Amino acid sequence: MDRPKTETLSGNQGLRIEEPLIFEQDAPGRCGVDLPETDLADNRLGGVERQDPVGLPGLSEPQVVRHFTRLSQKNYGIDSGFYPLGSCTMKHNPRLNEKMARLQGLGDLHPLQPESTVQGALEMIDTLAHWLKELTGMPAVAMSPAAGAHGELCGIMAIRAALEDRGDPRSRVLVPESAHGTNPATAAACGYSIDSIPADDRGRVDLEAFKSMLGDDVAAIMLTNPNTCGLFENDIIEIADAVHDAGAFFYCDGANFNAIVGRVRPGDLGVDCMHLNLHKTFSTPHGGGGPGSGPTVLSEPLAPFAPLPFVVHGKNGFHLVETIDDPIGGSAKSFGRMKGFHGQMGMFIRSLAYILSHGADGLRQVSGDAVLNANYLLAELSDDLTASFPGPCMHEALFDDRFLKGTGVSTLDFAKAMIDEGFHPMTMYFPLVVSGALLMEPTETESKDALDQYIAVVKGLAAKAKSGNDGPFHEAPVLTPRQRLDETAAARNPVLRWTPPVEEAAE
Amino acid sequence: MADVKFSKEHEWITIDGDTGTVGITPYAQEQLGDVVYVELPETGKEFDKDAEVAVVESVKAASEIYTPVAGEIVAANGDLEDNPGTINSDPLAAGWIFKIKLSDPSQLDGLLDEAAYNDYIGDLD
Repeated sequence: MDRPKTETLSGNQGLRIEEPLIFEQDAPGRCGVDLPETDLADNRLGGVERQDPVGLPGLSEPQVVRHFTRLSQKNYGIDSGFYPLGSCTMKHNPRLNEKMARLQGLGDLHPLQPESTVQGALEMIDTLAHWLKELTGMPAVAMSPAAGAHGELCGIMAIRAALEDRGDPRSRVLVPESAHGTNPATAAACGYSIDSIPADDRGRVDLEAFKSMLGDDVAAIMLTNPNTCGLFENDIIEIADAVHDAGAFFYCDGANFNAIVGRVRPGDLGVDCMHLNLHKTFSTPHGGGGPGSGPTVLSEPLAPFAPLPFVVHGKNGFHLVETIDDPIGGSAKSFGRMKGFHGQMGMFIRSLAYILSHGADGLRQVSGDAVLNANYLLAELSDDLTASFPGPCMHEALFDDRFLKGTGVSTLDFAKAMIDEGFHPMTMYFPLVVSGALLMEPTETESKDALDQYIAVVKGLAAKAKSGNDGPFHEAPVLTPRQRLDETAAARNPVLRWTPPVEEAAE
Repeated sequence: MADVKFSKEHEWITIDGDTGTVGITPYAQEQLGDVVYVELPETGKEFDKDAEVAVVESVKAASEIYTPVAGEIVAANGDLEDNPGTINSDPLAAGWIFKIKLSDPSQLDGLLDEAAYNDYIGDLD
């Protein structure tokens, strides 16, 4: 399928360079730096030294720079265009955050520096923790989890520790069928069996079915609110009460906090723990652009079990508690450490910069605008696509493939056609509760102009699909460096390693 | 196909003596798309009716396979490990997933016959 659009001698398409793998550019012995000759007579490795070459390709510095620059130019990110990936909150990352993270006094810190020399950094962690607790209405927060699913793990481990502490280990966790896959995976990793809660015809938890599943063997419910259909679970207080009456805990998946930040405090809804994706709600880079960060807020009953380390206010300034028997603030009930060092410090700085530059009123506007933009998509596209549930929605708009019925075009084909139009596709086939899902999350950082361009393209493609012209959809994308990829072959026979060509390997 | 029964979870089962052979229906494989991985049950394990016994992963999603009857797993289709696409190309025969020794054959009565199943999937569309 990889045919050039126009024959060229080089194989390049204008400034779109056909870039070989870095290993294919290997010139043995070539190097970006002059290394001194080593004196092998001084080898004191005692026979355990490497016998084979390391296998790194030899390239000069400019070759390496060009290689990675060219690869980056093939990438599509939030800095290149609209990225309406539902459930991912791909919003603009303000450059101010980057500037703050690169300040010498922050960027050059080492996590093993003496505490007295990093008081400012510890204060930043403490200040961010304060904001996260205020925004969620929760009394405690574990800052170290490295990403959303790690935060889920933190929450469920805290729940398990609390249940075992009261001598009441339980065996089941309830998860709605529309949940992110990480929810049941987390519960299973913590040794629980998972029962799936059905949805009602409004796309929300079926309250009666849920209540009938509760029992004294249920450890927790894991509920996302707004849920992955982009809908607010408006029975959430009744759900929380039922969970607590059954002696269980309420884990809320905070992946969609962007829809409610500054407006709803999960602590007021009866939530016991919730992770916050700093990389979603508080605009730190993600996808390929940076690590995530998943601080997890905890209720009063769970707080004593929080993982190490955490920052406390000591007699001589801020202090990092790293052991359970630390005389200043140690907690014998802590379930232990789940990450090296303090958490994702670079993300803490970026999200604190984001929070402080927006302020409480700005964050309130963030969620308002995010929900407004999603409802604009829902309203504008509902005549052309099939909305799965009646609006209004929260921060994302969910459509299914009923509008494609009989056209020969699938959700996959439709998403691929979006690429030829210069847009990152929406999330497809998730959530699983509707057929052929198309889930769109515009976020608050897109202008009306950008949304209108996108709407025009989606409407145009829907009309094209319905006109009986399905052929081009199956070919799409055709304007990309690689055209329609064979996903089945890639999944069945993944080639994950480059290997040298046979004639070289035989040498 | 007279003695084939269907579940609302889109499994089929055929009976030979006290052993049932289970796979997924053509409708199910169509909905899943290309199957890329199958996790098979261990033989000798016992399951209740409607328990999750296998997982079929397609390019779209991973889906649990439930046993329509209770019993002990007596065989699993090892060919699917190397050729998961058989579930797409021949779901009702070579794409069978496991064989189960029924502990309560009366559970078959609660399943759908072919006509009832076809009506059921007709309503889903």
